[in-house]
Amino acid sequence: MVVYLDHAATTPMLPTAIRSYAEAMGVVGNPASVHSQGQNAKRMLEESREIVSESLACDPIEVVFTGSGTEAINLGIKGVYWARAPRRRILVPGGEHHATLDTVEWLVHHEKAIVEWIPLDVQGRINLGALEAAIARDPLDVALVSLLMANNEVGTIEPVAAVAALAAAHGIPVHVDAVAAYGYIPVDFRALAAAGVSALSVSAHKVGGPVGIGALVLGRATTVEPLIHGGGQQRKVRSGTQDVAAAVSFAVAASAVTAQQLAPYPRGAARGVEAARLAALRDRVISGVALVAPTAMLNGDPERRLPGNAHFSFPGCEGDSLLFLLDAAGVSVSTGSACQAGVPEPSHVLRAMGRSESESRGALRITLGHTSTDADVDALLKALPAAHAQALAAGMADRVPGH
Amino acid sequence: MSGGVDSAVAAARAVEAGHEVVGVHLALSRMPGTLRTGSRGCCTVEDSMDAQRAANIMGIPYYVWDFSERFKLDVVDDFIAEYAAGRTPNPCMRCNEKIKFAALLEKAMALGFDAVCTGHYASILTDADGNKELHRAAAWAKDQSYVLGVLTADQINHSMFPLGATPTKAEVRAEAAERGFSVANKPDSYDICFIPDGDTKGWLGERVAPVTGDILDREGNTLGQHDGAVAFTVGQRKGLSIGTPAADGKPRFVLEVRPITNTVIVGPKEALAIKEIAGNTYTWAGLAPEHPEVEFACHVQIRAHADPVPARAQVVSTRAVTGRDGTVELRIIPNEPLAGVAPGQTAVVYVGTRVLGQCTIDRTVSAVPVTAPSLIPSASASPATVNA
Repeated sequence: MVVYLDHAATTPMLPTAIRSYAEAMGVVGNPASVHSQGQNAKRMLEESREIVSESLACDPIEVVFTGSGTEAINLGIKGVYWARAPRRRILVPGGEHHATLDTVEWLVHHEKAIVEWIPLDVQGRINLGALEAAIARDPLDVALVSLLMANNEVGTIEPVAAVAALAAAHGIPVHVDAVAAYGYIPVDFRALAAAGVSALSVSAHKVGGPVGIGALVLGRATTVEPLIHGGGQQRKVRSGTQDVAAAVSFAVAASAVTAQQLAPYPRGAARGVEAARLAALRDRVISGVALVAPTAMLNGDPERRLPGNAHFSFPGCEGDSLLFLLDAAGVSVSTGSACQAGVPEPSHVLRAMGRSESESRGALRITLGHTSTDADVDALLKALPAAHAQALAAGMADRVPGH
Repeated sequence: MSGGVDSAVAAARAVEAGHEVVGVHLALSRMPGTLRTGSRGCCTVEDSMDAQRAANIMGIPYYVWDFSERFKLDVVDDFIAEYAAGRTPNPCMRCNEKIKFAALLEKAMALGFDAVCTGHYASILTDADGNKELHRAAAWAKDQSYVLGVLTADQINHSMFPLGATPTKAEVRAEAAERGFSVANKPDSYDICFIPDGDTKGWLGERVAPVTGDILDREGNTLGQHDGAVAFTVGQRKGLSIGTPAADGKPRFVLEVRPITNTVIVGPKEALAIKEIAGNTYTWAGLAPEHPEVEFACHVQIRAHADPVPARAQVVSTRAVTGRDGTVELRIIPNEPLAGVAPGQTAVVYVGTRVLGQCTIDRTVSAVPVTAPSLIPSASASPATVNA
């Protein structure tokens, strides 16, 4: 029995989302067609859009379905940058997901953008003073600010509303990458928009929906240049025949997100029932790891972090050694987010938090989700002592053999 | 698992032999996003995917281990430094010595594995006392024991070469096809993996600043200028750009590259013949000979695809040569003078099919001695020994 503790990479699809997906795929009709079958498909699509919009506390018209969270982020950043021409400055924190980093770097190399990386503190939180100073240097030339709602690697929840307020004071649009946050903490677009957020990206497969569909929540007042041109679907922002079945399945997962968020919080609790359940499991992971490896460091904010995320540095260990040994013991975890051909890179997030390269290599991310149980945590804590001892013995790859 | 056919079949055979096998692909050079099309390098995304597909088919786990920093330090930088020092290195041997059977083996052992299994064509045999010996592969045309000559007894004890007994590569390809591996017909790689377009000179030219210097003949006469001694290799005939022909009208060849004086020495073909080869850095591939100081008969091979030639070898104190204490060298005397030998190359010593050991060549002695007094200091000692 394999124990799955990599829910931040992707989480199992809800059985109901699988069933609805398969059923919807059996229905013929292009939602853009005029006849009744087209209208039926359109009804399924728009009902799904409504359900997804409820989970994000936005209006249905603001939901633009995309092929992935990455595409949503590309549209949110490139689309706003182009629409804001000739402004050239983009302000982004250092520890963003590659979907943001690489998009911004592409704009620098091909579209004359000027990026300023806003520093993070040791817990991975954006330095608001630095952001404010960066905006103040030339506010009229800032095309946009983009940041994570919660860091996908170390789990730190970012002060998005405070960032939005700083930007809004100068009329600067803010794009929020909520892919890691969605489903784990409330994502309230209306509240964020009131603070100054213009666009927000999510992905269905992080919340029990299918891979292959994401969404950009695009405030009514925000204009973007499209990445894809064609039939003019979805406010002419994202052309291409709309994927009704994926939207239906996404909606099933989104309704589960809404149900969690609407559920009354237990008396005196700071979070909902499911978030509290995950946080309790996560805290068992954190205290268990501290017993096995007293030198291990919990990365990210210990309090304001995603409930399902536990991220550690194990001094003297290669993260990929730990990953391999735990995998051999039947426990699936991750070293971080980005893999080029399976090559684990030293975490750029930890580097941006000021950690050394060797600390950034010994990183391990354990993420819990809707199927996680106490038995999963037991299995991890049972396998970890031997794995940790052996990974320590194997040491770091950059040492000289025999020394 | 490089993503090639040999390592895939080797892994499959190890699985079938009952071993618990994990596929490991080495990330060695960082050329992100390169695909095989138009590039014959290794470690591309496509190679990694090919290796993973083969691992999937045989049902074993697969991981990518990143040794790119070590590879850059121990193989790529060493390759550049050796060329800059006027020597002719073999990066594949360095990789076997420092990465595949050192960094990789050590990490694997630390993680609980017993051995590294590769698709090299070579055999490991056990002698009557249970000692492991490294031997040539059954298929001499594919034999790769030369590039494994740097392995030590300890490394051989933890290595497996399941292809050693296979008579032909065609058989390995047929087996790969039978097993459903997509790489069954993938072309062999011949080039240096980190120089994907095969243009070694161009690649080196970008990394070693060329300095103009003199081309001399063996009498010490200046024949012309070169654009950088690094671009020349011993035995090279083309590209010398010497205007005047030799007095005897015969073609001239590069005999020596001397980085310290930045000179290239040329001469007739017969002067390329080497009657003695020696190196300070030598290893034994398995049990060392009991009395290496006593001259013994052997075969010596000086390049991966060169023929082995009969020779005599012994370990000698270099005091007589250098006047310094404490240095010993493996000295090899070919029965007939040998052409195409350059410092930096590896001389692998065989007894029958067994790889006995090797040395990196530090100095060579020409069968036709140099006469010009100005050139004599390094006629008997290579640049590297002069350097030392």
